Amino acid sequence: MNRNQTRKKSSDVVVVLTYIALVFFGVIAIYASVYAPGLTFFDVDSKHFRQVIWFGVCLFAGLIIMVLDGNFFSALAYFIYAISMLSLVLVIFFGQKVAGGVSWFNLGLFKLQPSEFAKFATCLMLAKYIVRTDVNLKRFTDLAWAFGIIALPAALIVWQGDSGTAIVFFSLVLVLYRSGMPAWILYLGIALIFLSLIALLFENQYLLIAFGILGALLSLMNIRKNRRIIPYIIGGAILFSVYVFMVNFAFENVLKPHQQNRINVLLGKIDDLKDAAYNVYQSKIAIGSGGFSGKGFLNGTQTKFDFVPELSTDFIFCTVGEEFGFMGSFILIVLYMVLLYRIVFIAERQRSAFSNVFAYSVASIIFCHFVINMGMTIGLVPVIGIPLPFISYGGSSLLGFSILIFILLKFDTERYNIVR
Amino acid sequence: MGDRGRIIFFQILFGLVGLVYLGQLFALQVIDDSFKELANDNVIRKLTTFPTRGLVYDRNKELIVTNEPVYDILVTPRLVKNIDTTKFCTLLDIDKETFEKNLAKATRYSRYRPSNFIKQISKEQYAQFQEYLFQFKGFYPQVRTIRKYPFANASHVLGYIGEVSDRHINKEDSYYQLGDYIGLTGIEKEYELNLRGEKGFRYIMVDVHNREQGEFDAGNRDQPSKAGREINLTLDIKLQQYGEQLMQNKKGSIVAINPKNGEVLAMVSNPTYDPNLLNGRERGNNFSILSNDTLKPLFNRAIQAKYIPGSTFKPLVALIALQEGAIYANKYFKCGGSYRMGNMVKRCSHDHKSAGNVPVAIKESCNPYFWQTFRALIEGNENRSPDQALQVFNNYLYQFGLGKQLGIDLPNEAIGNVHRPEQFDRTYGEGRWGATTIISLAIGQGEMELTTLQMANMMTIIANRGYYYPPHLVRPIPSDTTKYQFYTSPNSVSVNKEHFETVIKGLDKVGKRLVEIYKFTDIEGLDIAGKTGTADNPHGEPHSLFSCFAPKDNPEIAVAVIVENSGFGARYAAPIAGLMIEQYLNKQISERGKWIEEKVLEMNFINPKEEDEAANE
Repeated sequence: MNRNQTRKKSSDVVVVLTYIALVFFGVIAIYASVYAPGLTFFDVDSKHFRQVIWFGVCLFAGLIIMVLDGNFFSALAYFIYAISMLSLVLVIFFGQKVAGGVSWFNLGLFKLQPSEFAKFATCLMLAKYIVRTDVNLKRFTDLAWAFGIIALPAALIVWQGDSGTAIVFFSLVLVLYRSGMPAWILYLGIALIFLSLIALLFENQYLLIAFGILGALLSLMNIRKNRRIIPYIIGGAILFSVYVFMVNFAFENVLKPHQQNRINVLLGKIDDLKDAAYNVYQSKIAIGSGGFSGKGFLNGTQTKFDFVPELSTDFIFCTVGEEFGFMGSFILIVLYMVLLYRIVFIAERQRSAFSNVFAYSVASIIFCHFVINMGMTIGLVPVIGIPLPFISYGGSSLLGFSILIFILLKFDTERYNIVR
Repeated sequence: MGDRGRIIFFQILFGLVGLVYLGQLFALQVIDDSFKELANDNVIRKLTTFPTRGLVYDRNKELIVTNEPVYDILVTPRLVKNIDTTKFCTLLDIDKETFEKNLAKATRYSRYRPSNFIKQISKEQYAQFQEYLFQFKGFYPQVRTIRKYPFANASHVLGYIGEVSDRHINKEDSYYQLGDYIGLTGIEKEYELNLRGEKGFRYIMVDVHNREQGEFDAGNRDQPSKAGREINLTLDIKLQQYGEQLMQNKKGSIVAINPKNGEVLAMVSNPTYDPNLLNGRERGNNFSILSNDTLKPLFNRAIQAKYIPGSTFKPLVALIALQEGAIYANKYFKCGGSYRMGNMVKRCSHDHKSAGNVPVAIKESCNPYFWQTFRALIEGNENRSPDQALQVFNNYLYQFGLGKQLGIDLPNEAIGNVHRPEQFDRTYGEGRWGATTIISLAIGQGEMELTTLQMANMMTIIANRGYYYPPHLVRPIPSDTTKYQFYTSPNSVSVNKEHFETVIKGLDKVGKRLVEIYKFTDIEGLDIAGKTGTADNPHGEPHSLFSCFAPKDNPEIAVAVIVENSGFGARYAAPIAGLMIEQYLNKQISERGKWIEEKVLEMNFINPKEEDEAANE
């Protein structure tokens, strides 16, 4: 056993290769999305070249991580989390205002987005907390603390005015589930999401009638066999009704108009192609017109001629879809699937619970980005402005995801270590 | 649930989302084809390329209608931002209200698609505007051509072009689209198909701001436009110009035809207008000014006005009577200053010796002679009722191109008026009219109206001793088979050549006498043979008429001139005809001609008082 503790493994080849493939894919896509006649690949000022430079920075960061001891991260988890939370607060006061939000430090040469780094800090912190021997997620107070660790950065980021990025943190609830949170909480969460959608989709009065009829039917069915359950059925129906009102109230009063629009577009309540729906419409046209094999590298017209907004960042997948078609999209999705499954596989081969929780955190965050970003470009998810991991242009985002992957790889090389 | 179950939960969750997304992508990219079209709608614009309209030359290859580029300014309202309106308006010479109005109109059409903001600004104005174009986002120019008339003459012949009407677009072929130009009158209309050419199109790609991003598919699907054909008029623009000059301050018209082939050498209608007025941005304004003008400058008097021919009709009566045997060349009719018919006594207009033959009767323009001739024609044949006899008479007139359209290549040619026997039946009752009832016809009065073109064509037939080519303004185009056939085939009249010689003798005498009396032209070799006329009309002074041809023995030009409300006889029309002939045959005006020319130019029958004002201008 002692022998195993010090035994080092080399980095996981599958993750490394998928990671490189995705970054490479990203640079190509960024190049295509900013391409205009006359631009060469080695144009230093262009986005794709900057992304290449950032990739260099990522590799450098990776090198440092690989040199450090894995225990370094678990040891400093509280500290890193604290620093990260501080940076989230500081950016509100000293950050650069961009389009109504303050998420960026302007460092002259480049800009940094602390919320991207808060992800790995929160992952470390969450792992650190969960693996404490006195913590049991089946206990309400411990669960509440775990939620708190997730909610704190999310709240600060909402304060910055970047609710999209904040949503990502809640994907860590999946990690809690894996680490012992009672399943019914997850099911309840899923049920509430469905109920929310139904609440937004249909008028309140119809839903109330439906709940009433459903409650009455269930009550009648159980009136002979299980009379005691009836109060619960009635109570449930009432709670559902109240929830529906709450959802609609929140939708009207908490969400900003543009956010309401995005959801309404997704639910098909708005057909107006001018504002909210326009982006999704153009995005679908770009992807859809790519056909099976795509229009060819640099031949995309929707993407090249600015029909799709935020092309190199949030809507980068449009370039892939248009120029490389279904084949390109297929390859990209397969790459993500390989990465996600491999991370789950890696998570489960860790002896250290800390590494296991961290790995699931990485998988959950990447998965969440993937679902939201790609989903919005193909019209399955409301428009939420977060990047596609490893692909979207942006140094902070690339570096943030890279650090997650590198720390994961580092832990994996030390997977026979139990104590952390 | 144990760990195993929770791991599987993750795997199923990831796999499920992956499959759903792949499914959606498969649906978007492989199954649904509509996105390709939508993408093309986004990016590809089909632009019409407008052909240049055919140029127009006169008979001497002088360019008389050409094209000039003008610029339409188009606007895409969505892109209009932060514009220095004052500067913009100054550059385009419009006021702020117009700016707001036009922008609102374009916005109503579409915020995203470009539409016309202001039409047809000049090259010069555009040059100024272009320098600052970059400051006016959302605006861009489109070049097209309008007509330009270097000579500013022959406006009635040339006609004008204008935007095609909605009705036309709905009714006619699909060639025209809103905003296209089409010939509306004159040869612009008549030869529209030749002149317009063929529109082409090209495909370009645009970005989201509608900025051009190069050609689509390397231009392989483009179709270039075909320029319109050029057209050669039969007009002599110098002669036309001269005619218009001579007609200044007079109402009336001149038609000159080359008898040898029916080519119209000049067609003047006065008052006229500068054809450049009905072209370009001010067309609408100018058109309403011109169409409200009481002098009717838009009215082509040469083919649309109907005149009583008066005595110019007499040669025709003589020809028909000779051919029908009602009289013979040396027939004597007593004049004696008056002529008794039943209980009516008609007087001759002037004292002269009774005519002993047709030429003298023509020379003297003896009314009694032609009354009696006409009576012989209508009532002299026992086998014919007056009704039948008039029908025979009319049939000759139709052969001479009267009472019908001659088919000149201009729209709206008037028919004139040749009364049919049934019409007289209706007026007087069947069988209740005879030669005396309709005796005015004998001297070209009464129910008889001709266009100037018909009068000139009548002279053409006499000059040719019996035939004519339908008069036309454009050199027949061989590929235009129907028209070519029509204009190059002679039409004969069934009057024998010797009768023409008899009549021409009379016309010659008229010509010689005019030289004596009016000295209107005694240039050697002109040899004008013609007939004067006075058309009484109820609205003021009679019209002065003269129709003629020259030279008598080898005619090269036939001319009819009408000067409205100028007074009796040949005094006004004849000198004008003479000058036209001299100008055409000699290409210059002699010393003596200059003197007459001066008198003609001084004549003013429109508004004599304006002369002083005009001099002061």
